[in-house]
Amino acid sequence: MSTNVNTIRNLAERDYKWGFVTEIEDERVPKGLNEEIIRVISAKKSEPEFMLEWRLKAYRHWVSLEKTQAEPRWANVKYSPIDYQDIVYYSAPKQKPALGSLDELDPEILRTYEKLGIPLAEQKMLAGVAVDAVFDSVSVATTFKEKLAELGVIFCSFSEAVQKHPELVQKYLGSVVPYTDNFFATLNAAVFTDGSFVYVPKDVRCPLELSTYFRINAAETGQFERTLIIADEGASVSYLEGCTAPIRDANQLHAAVVELVALDNAQIKYSTVQNWYPGDKQGRGGIYNFVTKRGKCAGMNSKISWTQVETGSAITWKYPSCILQGDNSVGEFYSVALTNNYQQADTGTKMIHIGKNTSSTIVSKGISAGHGQNTYRGMVKILKGARGARNYTQCDSLLIGDKCGAHTFPYIEVKNSTARMEHEASTSKIGEDQLFYLQQRGLKTEDAVSMIVNGFCKQVFRELPMEFAVEAQKLLGVSLEGSVG
Amino acid sequence: MEVPEQNKRRKEDQVNLLEIKNLHVTVAGCEILKGIDLEVNAGEVHSIMGPNGSGKSTLAQVLARRETFQVTAGEIVFGGKDLLAMKAEEAACEGVFMAFQYPVEIPGIGNTYFLRSALNAIRKYRGQEEMDAMDFLPMFRERLKLLEMDEKLMNRSVNEGFSGGEKKRNEILQMAVLEPKLAILDETDSGLDIDALRIVAKGVNAMRSSDRAVLVVTHYQRLLNHIVPDFVHVLVDGRIVRSGGPELALELEEKGYGWIEGEARPTASVPA
Repeated sequence: MSTNVNTIRNLAERDYKWGFVTEIEDERVPKGLNEEIIRVISAKKSEPEFMLEWRLKAYRHWVSLEKTQAEPRWANVKYSPIDYQDIVYYSAPKQKPALGSLDELDPEILRTYEKLGIPLAEQKMLAGVAVDAVFDSVSVATTFKEKLAELGVIFCSFSEAVQKHPELVQKYLGSVVPYTDNFFATLNAAVFTDGSFVYVPKDVRCPLELSTYFRINAAETGQFERTLIIADEGASVSYLEGCTAPIRDANQLHAAVVELVALDNAQIKYSTVQNWYPGDKQGRGGIYNFVTKRGKCAGMNSKISWTQVETGSAITWKYPSCILQGDNSVGEFYSVALTNNYQQADTGTKMIHIGKNTSSTIVSKGISAGHGQNTYRGMVKILKGARGARNYTQCDSLLIGDKCGAHTFPYIEVKNSTARMEHEASTSKIGEDQLFYLQQRGLKTEDAVSMIVNGFCKQVFRELPMEFAVEAQKLLGVSLEGSVG
Repeated sequence: MEVPEQNKRRKEDQVNLLEIKNLHVTVAGCEILKGIDLEVNAGEVHSIMGPNGSGKSTLAQVLARRETFQVTAGEIVFGGKDLLAMKAEEAACEGVFMAFQYPVEIPGIGNTYFLRSALNAIRKYRGQEEMDAMDFLPMFRERLKLLEMDEKLMNRSVNEGFSGGEKKRNEILQMAVLEPKLAILDETDSGLDIDALRIVAKGVNAMRSSDRAVLVVTHYQRLLNHIVPDFVHVLVDGRIVRSGGPELALELEEKGYGWIEGEARPTASVPA
């Protein structure tokens, strides 16, 4: 029995291979948070007045929240208090980020992205993915911009959008996640430094997968990016984000906000492969991933689909949600969350049914290994006017070993009697019998474990764009290093 | 052990494939196998029969290197190598295959993919080139035909939604694809209707060859009408108490295990 356990342990204890640091000069503001810092950030980005005002309103609100200790404590995660004055809120590679072409980018950063396997160079057009890369606080390169522009698709850094499309930013910023939404979203609204912006015009199907790659490089910094995606009437877009960070002893805060807006007959598919540094085997270091993601199906027949594969971060606190406002709109949430060693995840979704005949699907797969704690928290809310609403929820947990935990907190609130709700849940353990069966057929323990886990996650993986599905499978294998017993 | 009896039936040129000597096995402190001796040559079919709880399945699983069993004494040589030093996957790659009494379901993993992964793991171990889907499929389809299985079934997850009989047939299908040197059938006949039994037997018989041995573990003589063994061994209370030819199975069927259990008891006091 022990060989199995050991092999799996070895497997689970493989090292985080994205943990390198890029030596590059950065430009940062002093540690701490006050109105002055926010003015500096806004000035550095040459923002119009409305942005600074919005940031300051958010900051003042956040100060009041902090005074009343409104940092959320209800999540099923444990961590020592965060000192918000000990964080650097702006760090950028020391070089003017406004670049004419990729050739002007610091070669060190390019090399970093190459190491990470991101197709930044335009030659890699065949990959069919347009990438916006955010390095620490600043968006450093956006590929395929011109090609997309021909179709009227705007895909650029948030900073650029603020400069070039202020009317769109002003109209939609905070329309789904207001700056008062929650403690971390408020903090983000005050200090966010960059992120991606997408606008797909009427009746355009975006021909490329759009992708953002986030990387935290500098020490003692937080990363606060903000993404805003708008699909106009009849438009559709598929978007993917990936994330990595260097290995560091201290915890780093990542508090992002993502807002999606789908107008009539529009579709947005948003996929995440999150692989922030998870901390070491004893639970030291790692990223606090406190993220607010929400999409609004504002128009009729619109659809928003979230797919997430969460394997990294010391703590994940994240509930990609859908507000189903338009009649017949559809919300989907497909999730794989893996916690190994001392990782903790409290993740799930909210589906708010407002329009008639709205439907939502939730498929959540939680995998716990080592001492990992994995919580699914979901809310399905059917409002009074949501006649004919439907929800299907499936929530499965897989346990590897006997020191981890899986928890499920589903909330269901129905105010219209025509609603149809289904909820299925299961908890299973990778059994010795399953492992033995695969080994008896010649498969090595680690391959057997990875096969069982991948099978468990299949429903979610098949929602991912092809190349990312492959990536996600590999990532899961690596993240599981050393986990079955 | 009635070695002379065995030797009479053996041909001169047969290669010794498996040799079990004085095997003692415990599970959770309880001794299940109390000194098993068995020799199996390539080309032979042996049947292990015995009442419930006699240790048949334990023997099968120890040969397949399941780790829940503790070997306290004895040795097993397989193909000239120490089988007890091998992990389950090594034993499998060396050519040991066990058809499970209760085949396991693997949700989300397609049958075809699983089987090709297994075959390639074994081929890799043996230094052979991995087989791509183009080479694999024709061979696979041929084996499916042998087991009279619908190819559509293979698009499903491993054993998921399979009937009891389909699961057992799937085991033999896997065996036919992986082509082991030693095939162990652990109560493959349990839960099979007559038609499925005939198909399973057809699959096993098609695989009988001079370089392969088959070990059929069963309660009943029924399966042995279809897969005729060269040797029958009766296991009672962790020991082989009698060995003989196929006629021994018939005799057991007629007289029941009580007939032999009576003989077993006196020897039970012999120290291990």
